[in-house]
Amino acid sequence: MGFEAEALRRGLAAKPDIICIDGGSTDSGPFYLGSGTSKYSRASTKSEWQVLMQARAEANVPLVVGSAGTCGTDSMVNWMFEITSEIAKELGQKLSVATVKSSQSPEQVVKAWQAGNLDPLANAPELTETEIEGCNNIVALAGVEQILAALETGAEIVVAGRTTDTAVIAALPIQNGEHPGAAWHGAKIAECGALCTTHPMSGVVLVEFDDTGFAVEPMAKNARCTPRSVSAHMLYENANPFVLPEPGGFLDVTEAKYMELSDRCVRVTGSSWTSSEQYTVKLEGAGTGGYRAMMIAILRDQRYVKNSQAWSERLVAFLRSEIASRLKCSPDSFDIEIRLVGVNAALGDLETRTGTPAEIGAMFLASAETQALANEIAKIANPFLLHFPLTDNEELPTFAFPFSPAEVELGRQYEFCINHTMVLDKPMDAFKLDVIRV
Amino acid sequence: MARLGDVAAKVRSKNAGPFTVTLDVFFNSIEDYEEYAGRLSCESLAELYRLDPADIHRFELPDLMAIKFSIPRSVVQGGRLDRDMHGAQLAILCEEVDLEWKNSCFQD
Repeated sequence: MGFEAEALRRGLAAKPDIICIDGGSTDSGPFYLGSGTSKYSRASTKSEWQVLMQARAEANVPLVVGSAGTCGTDSMVNWMFEITSEIAKELGQKLSVATVKSSQSPEQVVKAWQAGNLDPLANAPELTETEIEGCNNIVALAGVEQILAALETGAEIVVAGRTTDTAVIAALPIQNGEHPGAAWHGAKIAECGALCTTHPMSGVVLVEFDDTGFAVEPMAKNARCTPRSVSAHMLYENANPFVLPEPGGFLDVTEAKYMELSDRCVRVTGSSWTSSEQYTVKLEGAGTGGYRAMMIAILRDQRYVKNSQAWSERLVAFLRSEIASRLKCSPDSFDIEIRLVGVNAALGDLETRTGTPAEIGAMFLASAETQALANEIAKIANPFLLHFPLTDNEELPTFAFPFSPAEVELGRQYEFCINHTMVLDKPMDAFKLDVIRV
Repeated sequence: MARLGDVAAKVRSKNAGPFTVTLDVFFNSIEDYEEYAGRLSCESLAELYRLDPADIHRFELPDLMAIKFSIPRSVVQGGRLDRDMHGAQLAILCEEVDLEWKNSCFQD
């Protein structure tokens, strides 16, 4: 989404002690973790990172990115490191770069599982050794300790793999002995940049920490922080608006007070941090869920639009046996479905609205063990998706295929399958720190 | 026929990790919050989203004039059967709840 150049300039003029950015999330889906790739384009990442690297040189303070490349696997730390080296060369910067790697080998996680060191978090799926072993990538979320270890090397830039959204920001104030509740809370408020302000797209906020609280202020001139915009951010993408578990403890903001310092700056006090007895980190893992192919047919004929549900049920039932018979396989060895865009494609059975839209998109999805098989299933279904009649005794319709070929490979599919914490003896046990000069 | 969305400032939902969706209802005034928030219960949400009420967490935030629910995802984010990667359209069901729907989502 970027950030405003002017907001960054104003941020630099305020003489910050560190520049931090959270680069990742699971929110875009399991593909990125499963495949160990970035959601964002290399060109966008490089152009934004270059601006931040120039800002770092100007301010002469550390620059930290957490959850590099969306998913924060080791492959993405290497990717981000490579981009960093390229930019350093182009800008003529000589730098020390610390990398923190968060990827976990399935074997190590299985060992932790066997030793009883994994605990399920809310709504965690049932986990088995086979599932852990089947993960394409598993990452542990680094906290303040790992970011501090990287900063303590004296590195000018820290490229961290998967990290909690907050830890990159909380690390320095905690190191400096500021109020730990304020450090974590301020970090949580600033983790999405200017999302805690009235002008979310402006990107840059400045957080000042001290020994009783923190103050947050947007750097864009036309943005404001209000007690409401700041406190409301505790609700954002957060299951519990009061308590936030982090590596090594939890933040509690139940008693937090939000005070307007000016019409654009808010001060927060009263948040508390409780250290846990055991040091735990959260694990995320994604394994393969087969391959998919897709087709879309558009139904404009009002008779078909009105009867689309009956039509698609009849078609799917017909196709299941047709595909099994043509492929000489069991109907359990593949899966097909049709989602009706215009009827209930987003909400499925939960949809409460009914009506007759002008047209309906019939999205056909084939899932199978291999891409070749998913493609083959889509090809078998193709003429039927195009011409299948509502009843046996009528002229065959021809719906609108919007592109050729009608079949689109969706590629390998992944599924999130771990939502557990793992106990560590020492914070660095699951992480690898390297320092490289570029 | 008034809907929750007509009296609320904002009804939104989003993933809170791949296994949970969190739903926030913000009201325009403390009067509206007091009028409507209490009537949105775990049971009413469970009916709307076809879940077990015991799996739903409910948070009251009078300072923000908001009420928040965290619900388990019926399908894991991005899995084969998921229809909404970010879980943001689930809020629409709540937003469209009819305020007169006495025996269902809105209980007296």
